[in-house]
Parts: sequence; structure tokens; C-alpha cells
Amino acid sequence: MSDSLVTEITNAGNPVDAILRTDRMPHIWCPGCGIGTTVNSFARALIDSKIDLGSLALVSGIGCTGRVAGYVKLDSFHTTHGRAIPFATGLKLANPNLNVVVYSGDGDLSAIGGNHLIHAARRNIDLKVICVNNLIYAMTGGQTAPTTPGHSTTSTNPYGTFEPSFNLPHLVEAAGAVYVARWTTFHVRQLARSISEAFKKNGFSFIEVISPCPTLYQRRNKLGDALDTMKYYKEKSKIRNGSPTGEAGLTMTGEIIVGKFVDRDRPDYGTMMRAQYADALGDEYVEQDQREHDQTENDQAEMVCS
Amino acid sequence: MKADHCEADHCQADRHTADRRTADPRGVLTGTHFIDGDHACCEGALAAGARFAAGYPITPSTEVVERFAARVPKVGGTFIQMEDELAASIALQGAVWGGAKAFTVTSGPGFSLMMEHIGYAVMTETPCVFVDVQRGGPSTGLPTLPAQADMMQARWGSHGDYEIIALCPNSPQECFDLTITAFNLAEEFRVPVMFMMDEVVGHMTEKVVIPPADEIEITPRRHTRKSVEDYLPYGTNGDGVPEMAHAGEGYNFHVTGLTHDERGYPNMTPPVQDKLVRRLQSKIRNAADRICLFEEEQLEGAEVVVVSYGITSRVAQRAIESAREKGLRVGKLRLITAWPFPEKKIRELAAKVKAFVVPELNLGQMVHEVQRAADGQAKTFAVSHAGGGVHKPEDILKVIVEASKCRIV
Repeated sequence: MSDSLVTEITNAGNPVDAILRTDRMPHIWCPGCGIGTTVNSFARALIDSKIDLGSLALVSGIGCTGRVAGYVKLDSFHTTHGRAIPFATGLKLANPNLNVVVYSGDGDLSAIGGNHLIHAARRNIDLKVICVNNLIYAMTGGQTAPTTPGHSTTSTNPYGTFEPSFNLPHLVEAAGAVYVARWTTFHVRQLARSISEAFKKNGFSFIEVISPCPTLYQRRNKLGDALDTMKYYKEKSKIRNGSPTGEAGLTMTGEIIVGKFVDRDRPDYGTMMRAQYADALGDEYVEQDQREHDQTENDQAEMVCS
Repeated sequence: MKADHCEADHCQADRHTADRRTADPRGVLTGTHFIDGDHACCEGALAAGARFAAGYPITPSTEVVERFAARVPKVGGTFIQMEDELAASIALQGAVWGGAKAFTVTSGPGFSLMMEHIGYAVMTETPCVFVDVQRGGPSTGLPTLPAQADMMQARWGSHGDYEIIALCPNSPQECFDLTITAFNLAEEFRVPVMFMMDEVVGHMTEKVVIPPADEIEITPRRHTRKSVEDYLPYGTNGDGVPEMAHAGEGYNFHVTGLTHDERGYPNMTPPVQDKLVRRLQSKIRNAADRICLFEEEQLEGAEVVVVSYGITSRVAQRAIESAREKGLRVGKLRLITAWPFPEKKIRELAAKVKAFVVPELNLGQMVHEVQRAADGQAKTFAVSHAGGGVHKPEDILKVIVEASKCRIV
């Protein structure tokens, strides 16, 4: 490549730079890690769907994927381990006008945060959850997660795992999610499209992204490098939109069922709450937005006075 | 604020005096009520402007959120019962960053579960209030009976070095008044404030006077007025407390529990850690004189001072009066602020008195602070109680008599 071409490409920047905190690059993720790929799809979805970035907040938990919050140029919260969803719940309820995205890993969301995951889905709180599933606890060195497929070698199951693993789409569908999809980091466009679709849903949406951890999962299980994993995703993924989630369990080297599994509607938590209060309290019910509006007017009035 | 009182040095400190507002009348149930401490605490929170609470049921605290759940839809706010205390204690912080004043309410076992998020609130400087209606422990302990054994947990329960503020009401009236103080302090210092009630104060019914809204001073959020370009989420001026932005206002700020720089960006180096953790500590310690509230009585010329707080202060009052009837010179110091500990006050007294007597519903917690602050200048006597009831006044009296006979070495 000629020097001038390199300069030209560098100067052009990345098409998703507007979404990124470029002053925080380089990021901490390993070569071959899929998390950055998911962020690229996420950023493209934001650009494509013309979401108002000013009213979008992103909440992460702890772990490799938890670091996404630090790299996006949005109001972003890097919370505690497992608690991104309840933090996001409070944020959404306090300001219903916000679009709130939860972006975290499989261990964070389904192990330590598993209770919050099912209850948020049950409540149908209007959150968009992006779960990057690398089948392992990566940040801490490759320990077994609830998502680790059977017979995998991990640092805490050096002789192979034997616990059954969670099938996350099945779990969240059963708990009540209105939108459930799964892709791999090979499916960058489909992933971006799913994220855009989730923004149009009103309720608990869950998108699982199967992603390689070449450093700790693929290497330890002799599954090759990141490129080999892309080939595996390409060859073994089967797009089955509408597939019963119960049939979408993962194994170490078998088929990966991907697609949009669930797309249904039921009233979200905020809608149900407002309807119930209005029904029970009638004119006595004061909607939060009204209060905020009044408060703003008061503030302005005060500023004028002073 | 009168302009002629604003000397240059004090301008920063007075900024909040200038910003003081009065309560939103919609949250204030002005009048004279006959209610218990839990209900009074709820009314205090509403008067203070709390419009979000997240909770999980636990005796003897649940009445606070039950009342809040009934009241808040009529004033424009939200209560959500979360799936556990971990969720409650972080949901409220999400709500704060969404623009609400928020709190949670619990008791010992739930308080234990909330410890990590007290640390998160400290590190991210999220202004909020944790109410702990103390019951007997450890573990499930005495769900319906009082104790004051979470006092050290309130101070040290989360990992790492930090400072919080803790207040101890001793009546339903104070449950109302001091809940407002708790919210005001939380906003002023951007710190979680522990509201350390006990089962007796929580369930005791007394007269509670709620004043008109325009007589209730409210400290507003330190909301930034800076432009997006000029705003540094964790940059501070003289008083060490940064200004805050809310999500959705266009600031695109980052909040993390990791050690962070003034931009809020993670920076895990010893110099940044040193600067941050020392600031989090000093913003409270430097203002300790202002934060430390106490009630004192007959300290002048006292030989023995009884130091107590919460419900125990009311039992101690009887013992103090009995001792005075015996001709003993006994003073009273009631701690309203437990943390930061009023060590300056204790140190000053220690130079003048023979002994401190410290009754509390635990096997010895705040007494160690009294002893530390006294630094050998005066003797310290604990009057311990494992919880489940309150002291007998005569048990405290006995120790006062003993203390009055002691000699300073």
C-alpha cells in the first residue's frame, strides 16, 4: 500500500467515529476479540436508524463487554458486576424519554445478574439488552460461565465442564421478552439490523451475539484462532428466523441457530404502570413527565427572577 | 443570601446558600400528625423532593416504602419493588442519574446486601439516601426487635477507603426533619447518606409537625450550567465536590466505579487513585464541623458525659436525670451525626471531664470512636446491650456512678 493511500485512509477516519470516544483508543480488547465488532454493528445501527444520540444512554456491567460503556460517546454508565439491568431500570423510570441500552457480557447478565435479567424481562421494562456471549469469563482468565458449553476446558474446569449451560434466548423468551434475536460476530449486518429493530420495540428486547475469545476459550479448547472461529461461525450458523428458542441451545463445535426468534407485543412496564395509576387514582394521579415539565418551568421562572 | 455577607473566601462555600430553595409544596403534608418514625421518614423524603424509591420488603423498615408507594403517584414519581436489595440499591442510583432524588430503605440483612452499591455511590459521587431501620443481628437475628449494631457497617461496610455521612434520629419528629437533612447533605456533598434509625424509633408513634413547604429548605442538585465543551464531570473547585449532569442532556459523560480522572475516564494509576480517593475523603472531612450535629446539655462543669444516639439517648436521659438527683455532675452529648464522627467535640470535652459513658444497643461500636477521640485524656465506659430491647435506665446509671468515681491517671 502506498504511503499516500495510508494517509488518505487514516485521515478519512472510521465511519462510526461519531459514536466512539476516539480519545480513549486503543481499547483493551485482545486481537481477534469479537466485542469491537459488535460495537461497530451497534454504532452502524445508531447511525442507520437515526436515533437521537442525545437521549440515548448506555449501561454496562463488569467484564470485557462491560468496557463498552467507556468507549461510546454517549451518556454511559459502567456499573457494578451484574447490576447493569437494575441500574438501567432506575434510569429509565426516572426519565422515560431516554432510550436505554444495556450492553454487557454473558457472565455479567446471566450469572451474577441472572435474577435481574429474568425480572426485567418479566416486567417488560423498556430496555434494549445486547449480550455479548463469549462462552466464558474472559476478563478474569477464562473461568466457566453459565453459558459455557459442555465438555469445554476452562481454567476452573480443567478436566472439562459438565454443568448444563443456559440457552439465553430460551430463558428470556420464557421470562417475557418481546424481542429476542441471536447472531454471531460473523453476522455484522444482521446484527445491526436487529439492533435497529429493537429500537422500534417498546419493551424488553434481548440480542445475543456469539463472539470469540481467542485468548481464553478458542485457544484452550484447541478451536483455532479468530479467523478459524469466523469460518466456524460462517459454516455452522443456520439462520432460522422464528425458530423455537428451545431448539437453539449451543454446543462447543455444533450448529449455531441464529436469527430473530421472538418479535411480539405486550405493554411495557411504564405503560402498565401509568394505566394502573390512572385507573385507580383518576385525577389524583400526577404523571412524572408533567411534574418535570412544571419543574422546568419553575426553574426558568426562578432564573428570570434572579 | 445577603450580598454583603459574601466575602471572596466564602463565595464558593456560599454558592449553595445562594441556591437554596424551599420544598415543592406538592410533596409536603403540612400539619400536625400522629405517626410513627417509618411514616415520618417517608414524609421527610417526599418533602425533601425524593420522587423515586426502590425497595425490597424487610422488617422493620417496610412501612417507609409502603407509604411512599401510596403517596408518590399523587406527587409525580415512582416506587418500584425490585427483586432484591442489590437491585434496589443500584436502581435508585440509575434514577439519580436520570434526574430524580432517590432513596432506598432496608434493615440489617438487606443493608448487608447493599454494601457494594454504597461503594459505587461513593466512587461515582451519586447523591442518595440509604435508610437502615436497625434490628438485631447478626444474620436474620431479631427481625422485629431493635439494635444499633450496624453503626460500624454504615461507616466501613463497603470495601476500600471512603467517607460517608450517617445521621441518627431519636424520634418520629426527627425521622421527618433529619430525612430532609440527609437528602440535603447528599446533594451538597454528592455522597450517599446513611439514615440510621432503629426498630423502636421506626415503630414509635408520636406527634410529628410538618411545617409549610416554604419553611423547608432544600439543597438542590449541583447541576452544572457549563457548556458541553467546558464540562468536566469530575473536575472540582475549592470544595472538592464536582458538578453533575443528567443523562439525556447532551453532555455524553461517562460514569464508572473504576478509578477515574476528571473526565470520568478510567485511569488505574497510583497518582490518579491517590488524588481521587483523598478528594472523596477530604470533601467530607474538611466539612465535618458543619456536618456534625449534636444535642448537648449541661456539659459545662460536667465530670461525666453520657454519649448516646438514637433510641438509647432517650433511655439515657432518664439515667442522667437520676444521676443528677444523686448530686453527680453529668452532662449529655447526643450524637445526631454519627459519621463523620464528631471527634473534635469529644477531644475538647475529654480535656475537661473525667469520663465518658457510652450506652448503645450493641456490644461496643461508637464507644471505640469516643475512646479514640478521647485519646487517654478521659476514661471511656461502654454500656453494652446485645439488642432485642432497650437498656434499663438503672444499668446506665450504675455505670455513670462508677465512672464518676474514677480517677484520671
